[in-house]
Amino acid sequence: MTVPAPRASTSQFDTNELVINMGPQHPSTHGVLRVVLRLDGERVLDADCVIGYIHRGVEKLCENRDWTHIILLTDRMDYVAAATNNLGYVEAVEKLMQIEVPRRARYIRTILAELQRIASHCLWLGTHAMDIGALTVLLYAFREREFVLDLFEEFCGARLTYNSMRVGGLPLDIPPGWDRKLRSFCDLMEGKLDDYETLLTNNRIWLKRTRDVGVISGEEAIGLGLCGPPLRGSGVSRDLRKDEPNAAYEEFDFDIPLGTRGDTYDRYLIRMEEFRQSIRIIRQGLDGLPEGPVMGKVPRLLKPPAGETYHAIESPKGELGYFLVSDGKSTNPYRFRVRPPSFCNLQGLKRLVRGHLVADVVALIGTIDIVLGEVDR
Amino acid sequence: MLDTVVIPLLKIAVLVNAVLVAVTFLVLMERKVIAWAQSRLGPMRVGPYGILQALADPIKLILKEDITPVKADRYVFTLAPIMSLVPALVVFAVVPFGPDPLYYIGDINVGLLFIISVTSIGVYGIILGGWASNSKYPLLASLRASAQLISYEIAVTMTLVSVILTTGTLSLVGIVEAQRESGIWFGFIQPVALVLVFIGGLAETNRAPFDLPEAETELTGGFHTEYSGMRFALFFLAEYANMIVISAVVVLIFFGGWLRPFPNIAWLGFLDLLPAWIWFVGKVFLFLYVFIWIRATLPRYRYDQLMSLGWKVLIPVAIGNLVVTGVFKVVF
Amino acid sequence: MAEALLFYTLAALILGLGVMVVSARSAVHSVLFLVVNFLLVAVLYVTLNAEFVAVIQVLVYAGGIVVLYLFVVMLVNLKQAPERFSDPRRLARSGLVLGGVVLALIVVVVSSSLRAGAAPEGTLSGFGTPFTSGNTEQLGWVLYTSYLIPFELASMLLLVAMVGAIVLAKRHLGE
Repeated sequence: MTVPAPRASTSQFDTNELVINMGPQHPSTHGVLRVVLRLDGERVLDADCVIGYIHRGVEKLCENRDWTHIILLTDRMDYVAAATNNLGYVEAVEKLMQIEVPRRARYIRTILAELQRIASHCLWLGTHAMDIGALTVLLYAFREREFVLDLFEEFCGARLTYNSMRVGGLPLDIPPGWDRKLRSFCDLMEGKLDDYETLLTNNRIWLKRTRDVGVISGEEAIGLGLCGPPLRGSGVSRDLRKDEPNAAYEEFDFDIPLGTRGDTYDRYLIRMEEFRQSIRIIRQGLDGLPEGPVMGKVPRLLKPPAGETYHAIESPKGELGYFLVSDGKSTNPYRFRVRPPSFCNLQGLKRLVRGHLVADVVALIGTIDIVLGEVDR
Repeated sequence: MLDTVVIPLLKIAVLVNAVLVAVTFLVLMERKVIAWAQSRLGPMRVGPYGILQALADPIKLILKEDITPVKADRYVFTLAPIMSLVPALVVFAVVPFGPDPLYYIGDINVGLLFIISVTSIGVYGIILGGWASNSKYPLLASLRASAQLISYEIAVTMTLVSVILTTGTLSLVGIVEAQRESGIWFGFIQPVALVLVFIGGLAETNRAPFDLPEAETELTGGFHTEYSGMRFALFFLAEYANMIVISAVVVLIFFGGWLRPFPNIAWLGFLDLLPAWIWFVGKVFLFLYVFIWIRATLPRYRYDQLMSLGWKVLIPVAIGNLVVTGVFKVVF
Repeated sequence: MAEALLFYTLAALILGLGVMVVSARSAVHSVLFLVVNFLLVAVLYVTLNAEFVAVIQVLVYAGGIVVLYLFVVMLVNLKQAPERFSDPRRLARSGLVLGGVVLALIVVVVSSSLRAGAAPEGTLSGFGTPFTSGNTEQLGWVLYTSYLIPFELASMLLLVAMVGAIVLAKRHLGE
């Protein structure tokens, strides 16, 4: 991949233009994103995203791994939402092999995915607020995220890269007493959400910094291929949990919050509401958790029949899709391709920042909620 | 000789040291208060409850390598931190800590103006620091800083004029004495001015929510990105010394300086058991606490919003306040 | 004696810094010398017991106007500037004219002060003596009574200049 050079025209030197590199070592580009900004004073004329600083070739690696071993590689893409990545992958393989997953496993998967959404949104909220200058929210959000990590640790022994699902079900049932802890976490989280909103939602400075910043219409958002909260913020009702339900989502009752203006504040409100909807789903899941096994009938050696499949789920950041091709002969995929939501949403950045100020750039990077591990893979 | 040279010099030495020590503890206080606001503990390792962190921080900064970027303007790069710290310390020459001449270095009849003018020199440190680094982020930050300082200085100065109208003197001792005579702190007579000066003070000291010049999430480290070691420490000292200055000015003008609460109520006289300077320092630290509290709570303004707040809100309100004060002064 | 020594030291420093302002290679350096120059002039005012003027000198010149100079100097790349005016004959001509003006000024000032005699007290009589409450108040009285019209005219002038600057800036933006 070639690194696009900053497009400063040498022929006609304009003293008003300043080209600066934001990143890859910048505190608020959320990892190693590099944004080349062309500025007129503080106004952004153009921005180019340079990615690839943590490209590890996950897709290629996966093509040389066993179908089961791939699960732990998916952890390393969106590392703040590893369980969701696991879920998307195992469901894609199940679709390819037409494996029936027990209902209890599907319920627990849903609960885990929503728990993961809360953790991921906590990280988004904290960093987004910190980029805009509200330091305390970061610490608060991380404090609550810690509870989620503890719950995951108790469930699967890991805190970040869970490897928490298997093709055909789950490796383990939930430990005894886990559901009670999860319930008390849900109660706690609801109170904390009110705390966050007290600090931000009606804060005049927060409103000034996010209202009408990075406005994008629904049509344009679709045109750019945005997904997840940035798309819904523009009023487009597209959530794969409702539109193409996976796991056990069709059995749950929840709402999809939609924005009206398509600005940063709407996207903020949507994610705050998604916290609450996630809690609602978790509670329903715990109430209706069926008895039974957590692992379906799966052959010892996974060898899907020749064919290809695309399976997408709604990750905290948007549409996470897996495209798998099996040749039917080997025990590893012939082709493995991910459609990462962060990568597709990052395309919108160039459009969003144009005409805004430097300070808005960090707010907008925050609002599209990227994880570089997923962008670069 | 003793009264004109030795004692003032001794006072200066004591005061400068006191301010610098106060700054180190202010940094510790900020870290602790913000930590508590964020449900953390803050520094806990150095000494009991981390109290000796106030010593460890300066020692660390002194021992750190002092780097001058190759492309920097060497002289200006060295001069900038000095130019930012010296005015912040000079201002204390006219700050009275108590009614007795022992508690201040000089009570000049233009004390308030002296503070305003000397703090306006402090902006050079920031501008030159950013420029001399010869680096883009510091330059952007120093431009922001200078624009911000100049704009808010106008608002603050304009507001202080209306205060001067009520006091009739520019001497800081005189202003406090006027509050003793009227028996009421000027903060209650001039609440609008109090708010304006406080907001302006936040902006002038580059504190949250106006900490744009050093907004590290936007401009990495702000104007002192390229500084390290003791030179960075000088900027740091200057910022916190300026915070103390602004708090001291607010306390002197609006909260009765060294006066106890309700100086006109006789039966509260037992409050005078505490020496005057303790009242003063206590009030100053109360305001410093508010500074820190605000930093822990609020997000940051954007540059254009900051400027429009300064020019379109603060300055008109300050002028309005001035007019209203003048009318009151004439009518009553 | 001590005052005279202080005055001559200050005067020498101010003049020296003035030369530095003109001769400094870098524009930013010369602005810096200018700041120090202004600060020393303020000290000179203090020795004349004109604290108010001294403080205003610092506030307006050192703290305000020179900051704007610095702004411009920092933003505009001045490296090419000297070449444009490097025509030696033009330099010599303008230098001669300016030198003549300065010389004439010096002659006028010195001769008038010689004619007025060594006692300058008379010039201060308008302020009313003695200065008990500091000269700030006196200055205010004088400004708003005997010099009211020039004062108001000056403020009008400044207002017009400000409006003019805004108009110019706005037109530039509109294009």
